This record gives sequence, C-alpha cells and structure tokens, in this order.
Amino acid sequence: MPDRAPVIVGTGLSDYPQAPHLDGVQHHAQAMQRALADCGVPKDEIDGYLDAGGGGGMMIDDAVTMAEYLGIDHRYIDGTMTGGSSFEFHVQHAAAAIRQGLCDTVLITYGSDQLSRMGRGLGTGGLGRGVKRFGGPAQYEAPFGNSLVGSYAMAAQRHMHEFGTTSEQLAEIAVGVRELAGLNPDAMYRDPITVDDVVGSRLIADPLHKLDCCVISDGGGALVMTTAERARDLRQPPVYVLGAAGAQTHWNISQMPDFTDTAASRCGPVAFGQAGLTPADIDTIQFYDSFTITVLLLLEGLGFCGRGEGGAFVKEGHLRRSGDLPLNTDGGGLSSSHPGMRGIFLLIEAVRQLRGQAGAAQVPDCEVALACGSGGWLSCIGAVILGRDHPS
Amino acid sequence: MSQTGGGAAGATQPAEQWERPLPRPDNVSKPFWEAASRGELLIQRCPSGHRQFYPRAVCRVCGSDPEWERASGRGTVHTFTVIRQNHARPFRDELPYVVAMVELDEGVRMMGNITDCAIDQVRIGMPVEVHMVQAEPGVGVPFWRPVAGEGRES
Ligand SMILES: [Zn+2]
Repeated sequence: MPDRAPVIVGTGLSDYPQAPHLDGVQHHAQAMQRALADCGVPKDEIDGYLDAGGGGGMMIDDAVTMAEYLGIDHRYIDGTMTGGSSFEFHVQHAAAAIRQGLCDTVLITYGSDQLSRMGRGLGTGGLGRGVKRFGGPAQYEAPFGNSLVGSYAMAAQRHMHEFGTTSEQLAEIAVGVRELAGLNPDAMYRDPITVDDVVGSRLIADPLHKLDCCVISDGGGALVMTTAERARDLRQPPVYVLGAAGAQTHWNISQMPDFTDTAASRCGPVAFGQAGLTPADIDTIQFYDSFTITVLLLLEGLGFCGRGEGGAFVKEGHLRRSGDLPLNTDGGGLSSSHPGMRGIFLLIEAVRQLRGQAGAAQVPDCEVALACGSGGWLSCIGAVILGRDHPS
Repeated sequence: MSQTGGGAAGATQPAEQWERPLPRPDNVSKPFWEAASRGELLIQRCPSGHRQFYPRAVCRVCGSDPEWERASGRGTVHTFTVIRQNHARPFRDELPYVVAMVELDEGVRMMGNITDCAIDQVRIGMPVEVHMVQAEPGVGVPFWRPVAGEGRES
C-alpha cells in the first residue's frame, strides 16, 4: 500500500511587507513559483487547487479564475472562504482529499496587494467606505459606524469585564511577538517595544491601542501538499498533518454568541484528538494575531490555559522567544506582515520551524507545531497540528 | 444629526440630515425598518418561543416560521467600544463615539450607539432604552440612551 499520509512539502512567500511592484495575482504567481522550486514538484503534477480569493486586487482571484490564470488542470478544487483562517480549512480539506485519493498533489495560494492599493485605512475604514446602502446582515450594523478594530475591541472589553484581564496583559503578547520580529529581516517593524509602549500608544477602539493591532501589508503565500510516498523523492523533508479541524460560531460580529468564547473550543479538541496529542505536546504556536485579544481567546479556546486565565498565562512569559511555547516566530501579524488574510503564513512558519530552517528564530528540537487561524470577526477558527515525524 | 437629541421613547425623531449608511430593506427586513419609523422596535419569535435578531426567513434554532414581536425597547449594555479612529464619512466627524452590543430584556442582542451619555460613563450592565431616529421615509433607526434615574454602576 502506498503511504498516503498527507504532508506539506513546499512553501513559498511572495515579496512582503510592501511590494508596490506586485498586483494581487502576481503575489499568487510568485508564491506558487517559489513553493514549487522549494520542493521540486513540477507544475504539471499539481492536480488539486485550493484558493479562498478575497485578495481584493485588480483581478478577481477566486479559485476558478486563479486555476485558469495559473494553469492548474485540477481534478479537485476548493474555494472555501472563511476569512483569514481559510488556509487552515484548506489544509483540512486537502489532507482528506489526498488520503481519499481524490488528488495526489495540491497547491494552495494566496495573494494581496492591499497596502500598496488601499493604504492603511482598512481596519478603521468602517463599513461606510464610499457606499451608501447595505443589505443582508450588514444593514443592522452599517448605520452605527463600527470598525474592524471595534469588533475585536468589544470582545476584549467583555473579557476584561468577566475575568479582570488588563491592557498590560494583552500588551505582553505584542511585546513578545515584536521581539521575534527583530530576528526577521523582512518584518515591517523590528525595534523592540515595551508594555508601556503598547498601553501608551493611541487608543483606536477602547480598550485596544494602536500596538494591539496588526500591521497592514502586502504579501502572498503558497503551499504544496502531497502524499508521504511522493515526498520521499522531493527536496525538502515532509511535514506531516497530524490533525486539522475547523468550526464556526457566527460570521458578523453582532451575532457572536459569546464574546469571550470562540469556535476554537470546539475545533481544538477535534484536532488534538486526531493527533493523539495535548497542548502540553506543542513546541511552538503560530496563531492569528490580528489583535492581541485574538491570541488570548485562541489560547483559552484551545486549552493552553483555562477560560479567563489567558491574561495571567501570557504574563508568565510562555509565548516569548525564550519561553516553552514561542508564538509567531516570524514576527506575526502584529509586527511582520498582515495582507488581510494571514492564515497561510501561520502554516508556512510552522513548516519552517519543523524543518529546522528558522535560523535565529529556531525553536530548539521542534517536533510539533500548531497553526490556528481566526477568520472574519473571531468567527471561523481553524486549527492545524503539524509534526516533524511520521504519525504511525 | 439629531440622533444625540431627546424625544420620548415610542416617538421617532426626524434626522435633520441623515448622512450615515442606510439599510437596503428587503422582503424580510422591511417591516422592521417601517416599524422603527413608527417608533416600534420589532424582534422575531417562532411558535416554539425562540427569539432572534436580526430578522430572518426562518428560525435559526428550529427552522420554523418566525413571527414579529414588539420588544420592550429596554435592555443593558452587554459590551461596547469607544471608536476613536474611523476614516469613513460621516463618522470621522463624530469621533469619539460609542458602539455597543445591547442585550434586550427579551434576550436578543443588537448593535447600536449609546447617546445622551458621556463616553466615559458607559459601562457593561448599564440599563438603556431605545429611541428612534427617522433616517428616511419608512426607515427608522434605533439608538440607545441610559434609562433615566437608573444606576450607572462602575
Ligand atoms: Zn424556533
């Protein structure tokens, strides 16, 4: 029997954090070229393609358009779009498709030129940008001037109310990620910051300060997945998909059932169950850090600490470069890059760590990594557990 | 803009000039906006007693046909934020302002703005009541203000 265990064999990043020479689809294309070169898979071997679209460039970049543009003659396609966590859902779907033999070698791409195209107003442009009328669920939110930051701020405010979480505790997350960004020559911001810097930065939407918020950048990424069997002949050591699960609680923020509990508390146990692992087995976490509160809620939801204990947990220093659970070793969305849907970079950085290729940011003896994406407004959570060694 | 103005609950205050985004009423939402323009706040309730907001063509719990129910127009602040940066017109001229999730006494939540209250006085748990602003003919928009004389616990 051929070994059809699903593995990630190729990764590619397009130019970031600022790439005015690239349109959105060029980020897709460049990332694909780099991922194929990384593993040595010829392009005509790709028979599965996954793409969330949503890059927002000059050209629509949905799955069927990009399959045509990139020339992917697939027999398996998936356009799942759950916001920034789309790529964790893609790995879940691709792993199942590879196991089932629906396809053998899969490409996942993402690309966005949002910084060069739109500037930095995105997070606080509000729903009102240049449009007068809203239908669907947005009609019940648009008249009130909420912002993207405001949505996460309401979760942070509620967490502070219920559990006594402080701005200083949230700030610790941004400080730790910035320390790691200092090791990434491409990161947008690399100078060290302190807790005082974060809580002293301008309030954008109470209680979130400027330095609680991710950067806005350009960027793209690509992954190549195949079977463990095929990976034996490729350039890079395979990284195994040990567990992958996703769940949704709502889409629009006003429908969030519980502002301090995300779908991580539903998909986390599923992913850990598949892998036969617990949070204590994880060597590094690559979490969606759209805002500091996002990381806190994912930590609690996935069981790294108890509900409401996230603030005290991060203050203990676990997530630091020197801690036992380093967070976002590439500098994350908080300091390195955030082109709009950052979930693919979480997977790419986890692979870099598990291959032992992370240079100064390498987590010693890294065997198991967890990538967890949050899409929408804490709406759709996808958790992927990746391992250095074959699960059998 | 008059949504920070007074006016008794149940009446709908006309906006001098509505510059905010407007809803695009559809088959399901039209009765909600029309009722609001008459000063009434509607939510949905299905035959099994499940209440919901926003209005949908089905009950999100059991899938049955929901019916309209007039809400009390009273609730509490479930969570909120003070928006201090928003580049979109007209909001950038109104900064800072409060966006809140209001939990109605009936149990459902809706997003809205807290008016008639200093922004540093807004608290989770604060009792609020609705007041309607006429955005255009047939469209009233609910806003929220502290219930007079009730505690603003800190
Ligand atoms: Zn029902």
